[in-house]
Amino acid sequence: MTVIVDLNLCQNHGQCVYAAPEVFAFDEEETLTYQPEPPESQHDRVRAAVAACPVRAILVSEP
Amino acid sequence: MSPLRRVVVVGASLAGLRAAEALRRYGYAGELVLVGDEPHMPYDRPPLTKQFLNDGWRPEQIALPIPPGLDITWRLGVPASGLDVADRAVRLADGARLHYDGVVLATGARARPWPGHPVPAGVRTIRGLDDAAAVAEALSRTRRLLIVGAGFLGGEVAAAARALGVAVTLVEHQEFPLLAQTGPHVGRFVAALHRANGVDLHLGSRVQGFTSNGRGELTGAELTDGTQVEAGLAVLALGATPNIEWLAGSGLVTDRGLVCDEHCRPLRDDRLPAPDAVAAGDLTRWPHPLAGNELISPGHWSNTVEQATAAARALLKPDTAPAYRPVPSFWSDLYGVRIRSVGLPHLADASEVVDHDPAAHRLIVAYHRNGPLVGALTANRTSQLVPYRAEIQRHLDSRRTRTRSVQD
Repeated sequence: MTVIVDLNLCQNHGQCVYAAPEVFAFDEEETLTYQPEPPESQHDRVRAAVAACPVRAILVSEP
Repeated sequence: MSPLRRVVVVGASLAGLRAAEALRRYGYAGELVLVGDEPHMPYDRPPLTKQFLNDGWRPEQIALPIPPGLDITWRLGVPASGLDVADRAVRLADGARLHYDGVVLATGARARPWPGHPVPAGVRTIRGLDDAAAVAEALSRTRRLLIVGAGFLGGEVAAAARALGVAVTLVEHQEFPLLAQTGPHVGRFVAALHRANGVDLHLGSRVQGFTSNGRGELTGAELTDGTQVEAGLAVLALGATPNIEWLAGSGLVTDRGLVCDEHCRPLRDDRLPAPDAVAAGDLTRWPHPLAGNELISPGHWSNTVEQATAAARALLKPDTAPAYRPVPSFWSDLYGVRIRSVGLPHLADASEVVDHDPAAHRLIVAYHRNGPLVGALTANRTSQLVPYRAEIQRHLDSRRTRTRSVQD
């Protein structure tokens, strides 16, 4: 699974951080950071984060 | 595998679509019918009071994506007119009768209208796409806008109008904007934001009556504080009222919303869950442990998404679906300031300002009820919400809540 977040769309709603806190986080400048290739144990949570993002900024590709 | 052969989803907005998606994701392979009163395919509402008004967004930009393979039979442009729980059928306004094996009730809410008298032309509400298109068009011809109600919707319309250079008078009957929802600290912060952006804010005031010209067009309003406001357009932002009238006579309990249990199941008059039925979105009220199991109806985007998924699961897997007990969240964007919240701040009996930086428009407020944390709100500090949310989640997890009737 590969994750890309469009940071131009992201408006810090924080929903992905709640859904998958081990994959998504905010840094000290309030910018979203994330793991582009999360481990399989996190995939369900990442899918939940995609569904929870109000601005659909998270793109996931799964082989 | 599921024995259901036909599921009817009543409501084709965010809740209905997300419920349909979840039904397929959980393996439902039967017929799936989506009924919607509007002629439009599902669309997203939050941009209607933001980019749709001041950024020239078009309807196609707010269309909700329909995943491939959903295989939905659409019945758009026709409202549901009744529900027969015993016969398992939805009646539509065009006379059709749709039998179901399972039903998802997701008819949402509508804008609360002006109470009483008819209003002049130019007094509008915003709930749907057509409303927002009409307001966007009117804003392009108006130099002075009056907004009644400084809640989330009213505040966002004010910010959008100011971005367009329209003069705004914002009238709020409470002492501060959002006072009942978020308390005085946030109320003061938001009031200052409006004023810093040139809004003529009237707090503790109401519209006494609208004024109009000989053609019945709005010219302004008289406020209870004595102010005479001039305006060519007025937006009523008085809150929402649930679309439950069509359920009259169904035997389901309504009380300022459709009353559900913790498994998204609507209750019958005998206080037992109705068979083969679930509900999600702004029409529902259900017991939440954060509220001491009183009924809540958050009326926000995230709840609708999560509740629709929970409802679909409860319909397909009634024996194993967990209780729906989310940490709610909501947000609002005002003049570029990102207001974000978790939990249920409106329940609080105490709130404290943890941090406030007026120059950076940063704010952190924590909310408590009978001691424990029940909510938090930040402005431009979303990162700081994460530990608060975790604390509320732990608090929820630590309670072994029984499924209980709302009459307990």
